Amino acid sequence: MSNTIQEEFGRKGRPITDVDAQEITRIEELSYDLRIFEVMSREVFSLSSKQTMRDVIDLLRIRRISGAPVVDDGELVGVISTEDLMRALTQNDLESPIRKYMAVNVITVKSYEPVVKALETFTRTNIGRLPVTNENDELVGMITKGDITRGVLVAIRKDYKEEEIRRYRVRHLFEDITSDRTSLTLRYKIKPRDFVNGGQASSHIKRAMLRLGATAQLARQCGIAVYEAEMNLIIHTTNGGILRVQIEPHRILMQTTDDGPGIPDVNKALQPGWSTAPQEARSMGFGAGMGLVNIKSCVDKMEIFSGAGKGTRLMMEIHLRPNEKFMASTEGTQKPGI
Amino acid sequence: MKLSEIIKHVQGKVLNPDVLIDYEIIGGCGADLMSDVLAVVKPGAVLLTGLCNVQVVRTAQMADVRAIVFLRGKQPTREMIDLATQENIPLISSRKGMFELCGRLYCAGLHSFETNMNGTHE
Repeated sequence: MSNTIQEEFGRKGRPITDVDAQEITRIEELSYDLRIFEVMSREVFSLSSKQTMRDVIDLLRIRRISGAPVVDDGELVGVISTEDLMRALTQNDLESPIRKYMAVNVITVKSYEPVVKALETFTRTNIGRLPVTNENDELVGMITKGDITRGVLVAIRKDYKEEEIRRYRVRHLFEDITSDRTSLTLRYKIKPRDFVNGGQASSHIKRAMLRLGATAQLARQCGIAVYEAEMNLIIHTTNGGILRVQIEPHRILMQTTDDGPGIPDVNKALQPGWSTAPQEARSMGFGAGMGLVNIKSCVDKMEIFSGAGKGTRLMMEIHLRPNEKFMASTEGTQKPGI
Repeated sequence: MKLSEIIKHVQGKVLNPDVLIDYEIIGGCGADLMSDVLAVVKPGAVLLTGLCNVQVVRTAQMADVRAIVFLRGKQPTREMIDLATQENIPLISSRKGMFELCGRLYCAGLHSFETNMNGTHE
């Protein structure tokens, strides 16, 4: 396989529209991504057209295959399969040369073509095994549906492994970095009255927590707290605000800040059912005066700093229990190189 | 109770069959206020709701709701269906109302997955 051909037919060059892309499953994608040379059998057992049908029996039986290419002087001249063999058997004609029974109009595929090309050829011709040739029309392998299945499975397993490694790396982020205090900050700008996209930031936060290895319970607690806080920014603020999550090995700090209009009476705002939300928020299922109450029940500590005409700062904190910690704390243990 | 049985009980139609997995679901929650859902629902429930907007799907995602049943023939928008599909949450539409469906599922043995509110959580 020369580099130029691989580049020319490389994976990046495949034209696929957005519409197509939505419909394509990973397996379909692989049938375009994988090249025939990646999945074909390279070990080819070929016969000469002068050999007898009895030789065919021996080869197929010993190698446990159902057909073989016929090559004379390095050139592919035909294909012989079990069906041809059966015809010879019914005629009781095993001593005849292969030439008499082989299929001569050989359909081949090119090694650099995508696997889907072989699949199409299988379907179109009803042939179960195809000789594979290279750019110089030399026989380089054979491909069957079984080869494709195996190739796709191997590729999927590789995908899976790469994903696992990625997950592992993220999960051990805190272990891999040595500092006196490591934290990861996620920051989102929330627009006022953006009900359609409301919750998107929280959704990203929850996903990030799970990716970092948080327990389902912890991710859920954080998700609910920041979701309510995010909706508050959308419902109440004049200019929107900032949602910030600081993930540390031993705690999660979540904070929203905005520049108004402020809460005149914070104690009142903390009462269940007390709300100043407009109808628009209520029609979205929010604004029932339960937001801060909900947040409080999800976090270990909640503080609000606000006042009429001022901005509001909402601080939420969850202390991680031992089983929830993102890593065994390195504080106090050996720090290499220091 | 299997999700497929729930669908039968509510006479529902699945709107995103691609993500339909026949989960074993042991509890349900019925609410129109998303803050109520966030406050009371336990993880793994089926949510019955008369509210039909994108925040229902977000709420389900945050609160680990397994499947959503929209009542009284409410039809989610394309965006809602896409979001739910992305989050692997089956959406089911039923023509029946909240009272009847909660009753049917409860009688069929589905537990309540609503936490009693006594000022504290769990």
